[in-house]
Amino acid sequence: MMLLKMKFTQQRRVHLAQGLWLLSWLAVMCGTFVFCLGVYIKTELLRRAEVMDNTEIHVVPNILMLVGLASIGTNWVATRVCQDSLDASRFPRWKAFLLAWFVVATLLSFLLLAVVVLSYALQGHLEESLKVGLRNGIRFYKDTDVPGRCFQKETIDRLQMEFQCCGNNNFRDWFEVQWVSNRYLDFTSKDVKDRIRSNVDGRYLLDGVPFSCCNPRSPRPCLQNQLTDNSAHHSYDYQSEELNLHNRGCRQALTDYYMGLMNSTGPGVLSVILIQMSVVLSLRYLQTAVEGAMALEDPAEDSEGYILEQGLKETFEDLKAKVLILLKFGQVNPGDTQEPSEAADPEKAASTTPAS
Amino acid sequence: MPFMPVKFNSQKRVKLAQGLWLIYWLSVIVGILIFSLGIFFKIELRKRSEMMDNNESHLVPNLLILVGLLACGINAFGGKVCHDSLDPVKFAKWKPMLKPYLMICCGFNGLLLLTGLLCFLMQFAVYLTLAEGLKNSIKFYKDTDTPGRCFMKRTLDMTQIEFRCCGNNNFRDWFEVQWISNRYLDMSNDLVKDRVLSNVEQKYLMDSVPFSCCNPGSPRPCIQHHLTNNSAHYDYDHRIEELNIWTRGCREALFAYFSSTMSSIGVLVLLTIILESADMAGLKYLTTALETMEDPENPECESEGWLLEKGVKETLGDLLTNIKTLGKGNQVDEGGDAQEAT
Repeated sequence: MMLLKMKFTQQRRVHLAQGLWLLSWLAVMCGTFVFCLGVYIKTELLRRAEVMDNTEIHVVPNILMLVGLASIGTNWVATRVCQDSLDASRFPRWKAFLLAWFVVATLLSFLLLAVVVLSYALQGHLEESLKVGLRNGIRFYKDTDVPGRCFQKETIDRLQMEFQCCGNNNFRDWFEVQWVSNRYLDFTSKDVKDRIRSNVDGRYLLDGVPFSCCNPRSPRPCLQNQLTDNSAHHSYDYQSEELNLHNRGCRQALTDYYMGLMNSTGPGVLSVILIQMSVVLSLRYLQTAVEGAMALEDPAEDSEGYILEQGLKETFEDLKAKVLILLKFGQVNPGDTQEPSEAADPEKAASTTPAS
Repeated sequence: MPFMPVKFNSQKRVKLAQGLWLIYWLSVIVGILIFSLGIFFKIELRKRSEMMDNNESHLVPNLLILVGLLACGINAFGGKVCHDSLDPVKFAKWKPMLKPYLMICCGFNGLLLLTGLLCFLMQFAVYLTLAEGLKNSIKFYKDTDTPGRCFMKRTLDMTQIEFRCCGNNNFRDWFEVQWISNRYLDMSNDLVKDRVLSNVEQKYLMDSVPFSCCNPGSPRPCIQHHLTNNSAHYDYDHRIEELNIWTRGCREALFAYFSSTMSSIGVLVLLTIILESADMAGLKYLTTALETMEDPENPECESEGWLLEKGVKETLGDLLTNIKTLGKGNQVDEGGDAQEAT
């Protein structure tokens, strides 16, 4: 009892081959699209690599690029198969490859599905990575004279201006680190000495933020220093002031940006999966219809196309039996213990002598 | 004596028609490119129009859009003519339109030349508009509560951040205007009162700049206030400090951006003139080659193509006499009418 059987006349077979050829080329374009998407996401992640602690999230664009390339190759093979399908002399050489092709194509679709799931699942990892990366960035902001860290200030400043964010969770993160280098502090000044003595680690802590935290949308020129002191500025209330600095933390801003990027590509990737599966199913129909036609006396006669030769259960049983036979070949057969053991012993002796 | 004659056999005619068809479609793509560049330029001008007092001239982008559309239309028509040229039946219906078409192409080339020249010449107008507009922007920076100007602060801050510039000519322009609104000044404070009284116009002037002038590449946290006072900051000399704030003026920065855009568009337009001339020459050769076939029924026969039927001088002479006769036709013929009247 064939699964999803359909009758194919010669005309329908020709139309199926032509339609599938076009669909396969469309799938090649989709493969290119997936590859370019992977490259774009990877570039965006690499641009901000300095504020990320680990590269776990890179698995998403890596898989996209791999699947894109593989799908270009696979679907190109499908176009060749379509072109040869109506020529009885050229089609038989593809017979051996087709099973492998189906496995690869289905695997690619599953990988794409896995990517969509991963992009949601890795959000937590991304946040962790950003948390650690940004914390280090803020800590090393002042080290513009330390080799390897001298561009940390510029990176963090540009990041805060571009993503309109301040600090890790919010602007108060800047109150907890010394972000003014000792090179620019006058240690003879009383104010500086007081601040340094006011905490255990001897750091110069301020209730001020760098200029890159300033919000250009504020109607008032930016207040950067003495933020918690209402009396230091005219008509200023620390608790209710919202527009002066960026309210968002950079971790939240970056996570939103990357999640938005990956979510917006979700529908595209899902439609690519759909197209790939249509190619797989149509090629299966074409294969079975053409093979059926070639087996008939008159190749121009009607033939039948199907997805599986027997029903799902029977195919599954068949597959299980085949796999068991394959495994049995690997096992030693109890009836032949004499011969294989004699054959095994000289091998064992040969293998042990070089060792000793 | 035809000008630049070339002999054509059937093979050459077919090749010419095919090659010319390709060039015409290339010209259509170039026309689309000019159209999109016109739209891009228009959008850029609109984006920065607040910096230019909203009175910038949109002549160049409008002209580019028009030229782009015309180029698409004219070249598509030319491509169609080439496509039909090897079929005598189809070509016969295009024949009468060819002379006016070539005239239109000449006029179009003139329009392209004008557009290209304007792309280069209008840069002066942009420069002057920018100078005036930025001066006013800096003056109205503090007016975030005045309707119609409340976004000036945001626009100017974003422009200074994006173009990495400060002030009109340089950062000292900020020292000459009051850029902090009176709403945020404590008028009962002595320092504030001193500053306000220190100048004739009673403006609160400082030697400070807004935060958007700060250079993120500076190794030191940004110094915005008391810029000319060396003792206000530790280890600071305002004469040699270069990295703290942007030293370039926004007029120069914005002008560099616009002028590079306009220059590249101008170069593209001038290259399009060369492409269009090649199209016209090719079409003239093709049509004359098809017309001079000795035996119209035999497609394999030889023919000759040329650019002008007579030499350049004679053609110009003919053109002048044509214009003169046109002019004379309108004048009243004095001798003849006088006879008839009497």
